[in-house]
Formats: sequence, structure tokens, C-alpha cells
Amino acid sequence: MMGNQPTQDHATRAEVFNRDEARVDWHDKTLWFIRQKRDRAAWTIPDWEALRDQASAIKDNVLSNLHDYLISFEAQAQRNGVVVHWAADAEEHNEIVHQILKRHQVSKIVKSKSMLTEECRLNEYLHDHGVEVVDTDLGERIVQLAGEPPSHIVLPCIHWKKEEIGALFHKHLGTPEGNADPTFLTAAARTHLRQSFMSSKVAITGVNFGVAETGEIVVCTNEGNADLGVQLADVHIACMGIEKLIPERKHLSVFLRLLARSATGQPITTYSSHFRKPRPGQEMHIVLVDNGRSERMKHHSFKNALKCIRCGACMNTCPVYRRSGGHSYNYAIAGPIGSILAPSLDMKQYADLPFASTLCGSCSNVCPVKINIHEQLYQWRQVIVQAGYVSKQKEVGIAAMTAVLSRPWLYRYAGNVGRWFLKTFPTLASNKINPWAKQREMPAPPSQSFRRWYQDNRKKK
Amino acid sequence: MSRDKMLLAIREALPKEATAIPDYQPSATSFDVVQKFIDTLVGIGGAVIKVSSLSVVNDYVIKHFSGQRVVSLVQGVDSYATTLEADPHLLENVALTVVPGAFGVAENGAVWITDGSMGDRALPFIANNLAMIISAQDIVPTLHEAYQRIGADGYNFGTFIAGPSKTADIEQSLVLGAHGPKSNTIFLLA
Ligand code: SF4
Repeated sequence: MMGNQPTQDHATRAEVFNRDEARVDWHDKTLWFIRQKRDRAAWTIPDWEALRDQASAIKDNVLSNLHDYLISFEAQAQRNGVVVHWAADAEEHNEIVHQILKRHQVSKIVKSKSMLTEECRLNEYLHDHGVEVVDTDLGERIVQLAGEPPSHIVLPCIHWKKEEIGALFHKHLGTPEGNADPTFLTAAARTHLRQSFMSSKVAITGVNFGVAETGEIVVCTNEGNADLGVQLADVHIACMGIEKLIPERKHLSVFLRLLARSATGQPITTYSSHFRKPRPGQEMHIVLVDNGRSERMKHHSFKNALKCIRCGACMNTCPVYRRSGGHSYNYAIAGPIGSILAPSLDMKQYADLPFASTLCGSCSNVCPVKINIHEQLYQWRQVIVQAGYVSKQKEVGIAAMTAVLSRPWLYRYAGNVGRWFLKTFPTLASNKINPWAKQREMPAPPSQSFRRWYQDNRKKK
Repeated sequence: MSRDKMLLAIREALPKEATAIPDYQPSATSFDVVQKFIDTLVGIGGAVIKVSSLSVVNDYVIKHFSGQRVVSLVQGVDSYATTLEADPHLLENVALTVVPGAFGVAENGAVWITDGSMGDRALPFIANNLAMIISAQDIVPTLHEAYQRIGADGYNFGTFIAGPSKTADIEQSLVLGAHGPKSNTIFLLA
């Protein structure tokens, strides 16, 4: 699954995923099921849209006051007895964490889910420095045992079948061969990871929200792995992107009402833990990480991506993500949000990602903090084309698409031609000019366009 | 030093005008908070038992956990513990812990507890089963009222717990008891 070459682009990697059609269908359906659970959860909240507006407004306020909020957060956290570190980039973040581990002379630690540490490649860094990191989220542990990165920010092993997990556990944990029962496998993982919890002196966690007013951090999990790790360790290291701040404690209500409902359709995660002061005798560190965030804040069109609360809803709804799999994005954060975050870190390396979208806008519709994801995808395409980081084939496609979308009459005409073309030469559409037609049959074209159908129907009334 | 460098970079990236946070008043809820709390918690794998007194809780504990280690932090429910081992690892053999919850939240089935009533912060996470006691009076409709109630409380550690520890990482099959308690029972005193 791994071994993604940086020279391959998203389309090539998606093609690999698409070779197993049954698996793609299953992946697609599973994620759509989660999207539907999200819808049902959202519909139970009459204030849902107002909450999204409010969350977005709070994040706007954060992004326009971040300097002062960080200073307040730091002062409060220090008053609470927490050591605050500042890391300008991934490397500095990794060094800071490693220094703390060195001082405590530990060679094995537990870590709960943190997309920031994935972004910084902390596990690899620590591995190279002789420290073993045990990921304690079940899904993350599964992909870790398999030597893979997570394929989804909330559901790290969503691309794995239970039979494969059974075989993986048989190999690594010694479970009986052929046992693929989720309850049995989860129990085996519980026993296996309990040993790490009981013996680890240091626990690393991510941060869902940091509160500028109080200096506390909030970590949300369903499994309880963050809490178990922290409460049994002598040292807690929390790694946090600077954009995770919110102004006041009371604002947590807005975000916690949105987060789990958007992510999995649950009313709230099982645990929403507020760490304000370390437990007696414990050492607590917070590492504040920039790693390109302040640079992004300067770009009016792209800074809204920093509002992301990592719920994963945009991935679950994305027709491209669902049918290409998280690994096809080759970045710690996959899907629509990853496709607008990655290019600001390295435009050349991730030039392909903003093109891995149909621009259908479903991502923006579900995003709990109302990030205009699909518009940013479109804007990134233009920036990337201007910078010359795009292959010839795509350049032609974009030029044509831009031409079509900017001229309504041509759009109508092209639609008619397209429908005629599909009917006349159904297999020709699946050619090399149209990369989206790879690995799939084109659907039967409708005899009428939606526009004409609408007009005809209106006339009939 | 990176701190100053980072703060400078952030200051330079800020827009000229800071945006204000608009006032937000959630619309009033009309549901019955107790019933909503029960339905929601049961829906996420928790259990709710209405009790009239603590002695009913005590009977329940004796009936279901006799011979196993029970740590109760509620006077009147055995085995009531006033002190715990200093080393939280020694709590691993706790079959059931009974702790006083501060209040419940109807919309999501969560109960708020803080370090002051946990005995040890590890206890609600390491015990095999968790029971919390709250009064039926102490249920708020949504998280908005919850944070109003928490206010500026000076807890060191506080957490919302909603149901048992769980995972659906293996093919989206829900399994209770991922790492923490396998069951979550709320005794509702009315
Ligand atoms: S961009 Fe929005 S929908 Fe996507 S993960 Fe972030 S918060 Fe969720």
C-alpha cells in the first residue's frame, strides 16, 4: 500500500486503488454511510446552520487576533504549571519532543491521535533517534503495525478489511489464524496496548482546542486512549498547531456540538477532556507549532483553511476521496482539506492535489466551520498553473474547463454536444483525454439536460 | 529564539482589522431533559438506572460486583474509599468505580466530572466499568447551558464522559470497551 513515489501523481495512485473494484465500491459505500449518519445528527439540531456560522465567525476572530491569543494562552498555561514551547517548523517540533524524551531517558512512548505529529513526521524522526512510538488509537495502531500512514484523519484504517486485520494481528499479536471478528480483535488490541499504557512514562497527545482565556487544552477521543496514556504517565506532551486556539472556554460549546456530529454522526465523542493543570507530580508540556501556518495567514484566499477542526466530513462526502482512497493523496491529511493544505507546504510536490476534485462543492456544504474548500481548490489550480507546476495534459483540461465555466452559452452547447457524443461513442469517452473515465464505464447520458428539463417542465405548468 | 520569530511572523500576517465575534443565542429547546438524556445515552451504549436513594445503588453494586474490587467515591455506596494508592497503575484491577458526576447534558448523554471528585484522575479511565451518580435535577439541555454552568470553575482537569469507551475502527463495527471502561452506567437520583 505504501511506497508511493513522489513522482507519481494522484491520478496514478488512484488508479492503483481502483484496480480492486469490489474494494472501491465497499470503501465508497462505507464512507457514504458515515456521511448519512452525519446528516441525521445535524438534522436533530435546529440551530445547526447558526452553529456553523458562529464557529466560522469565532475562527475568523482567532485568525485576526492570533498574536494576542497566543500570548494570553502561553501566560495562562505557564500559570497552570505547564511548560510552553514554540516550534517554527516540523524539524524544531520534533527536536523539542526528542529533547524532552532524552531528558527522561525513555525509549518507548505512547501517543494518541495527532494529525500534527503526522504532518511533522514525528514517528519517523523518533524512530531514527532510537525511540519507539506506540500509536494507541486502534485504527492508527493497525496501520502502524502494517507500516502504513493513516488513510483518513478520523478513521485511520477505513481502507482495511476485517480479514486483513485478523491476519495482521495473527502475525503481530499472535491471535488465532482466520479470526476476523471485530469484537475479538478489539479485545486482543486492548490487551496488547494495555501493556504499553502500563509501562510508558511519557504520553503524547494532539490538541483539538486550546483556550486562550484559561490556558487549558481539550482532547477528544472515543476510545479513552489519550486519557489513559496521560493519566498513567509522568510526562504529558501535547502537540498543537497554533490555529487550534479559541478565545474563551464558553466557545467550546459551539465546537463540541459540531465536531463529533460532523465526524461520525455521534452527539459527542465519548471523552472530551479538559487538561488545565498537570496531575500532581506530573510534567506537562505544550508545543506550539507554526510550520507554514503564519505564512498561509497572509494569503487572503487560502487562510480560511486554518479554521479546520479535522472532523473528516469533507472526506466522507467527497466522490473523489471515496473512490480513490486516502493514500492516493500522499499527504498526512487526505481528501479535499488535505488538497488545499498540502500545496501551501510544498506547491511543487503537491501540485496534483487541487486537481483531485470534481469541484462539486459537497465538501464546503458539510464543513462545520464553513471553509470554502471547493473554491480554494479552484484558486489553487490557477496559482499552480501560473507557477508552471502542472502537466500538459491537465493544462489543456483546465483551459477548456475555465473556458466552459466562464461562458454560459458555451456550457449549454458543450452539454448538448457531450450528451450526443456519449450516446454515439460510449467507449470513446473512456479515453486518455478524460482521466476521470479511467476504471469506469461512463453512465448512460440523459436525453435532456437538467436545464432543458426544468424549462420544459415550467412551461407545462 | 523561535518564540519571538513566530510571534513576529504572526503579527505581520494579521489583517488590519480584527473581526468581532457576533452574539449568539441558541434557540430554546422544548424537549424533556431527563427523557432526552436517557434516550441519548442509551443510544450510544450507556445505561441509565433511575434510583430513589443511594442504598438502591449500593444494592446494585453488591448484586453485580461482589467479590470484585469496587472503588466508590460516594459515601453510602460500598466500598467507599477516602484514600487511594499513590500510584495510579495499581488501580488496574478495579472492576467498578462509582463516582459523583457534576451534571448531565441531555442532547449528548455526557456527564461532566472534574478532578476534585475522581479520587485519582486515572480512575474513570482505567476501571473496567464506570458508574456515575447524578441528580435528575442536574441535567441541562445542551452544551451551551453546560458551559454556562461550568463558568470560570477552577478545575485542574475536567471531562465530559458520554457512554462507554468504544471504537468502530474495524470495518465500522461498534465495539464497546476499546481501552477504557466497557460499561457506563448513570444512576439518576430522583
Ligand atoms: S475542512 Fe471542514 S469538513 Fe474538512 S476536516 Fe476540516 S473542518 Fe472538517
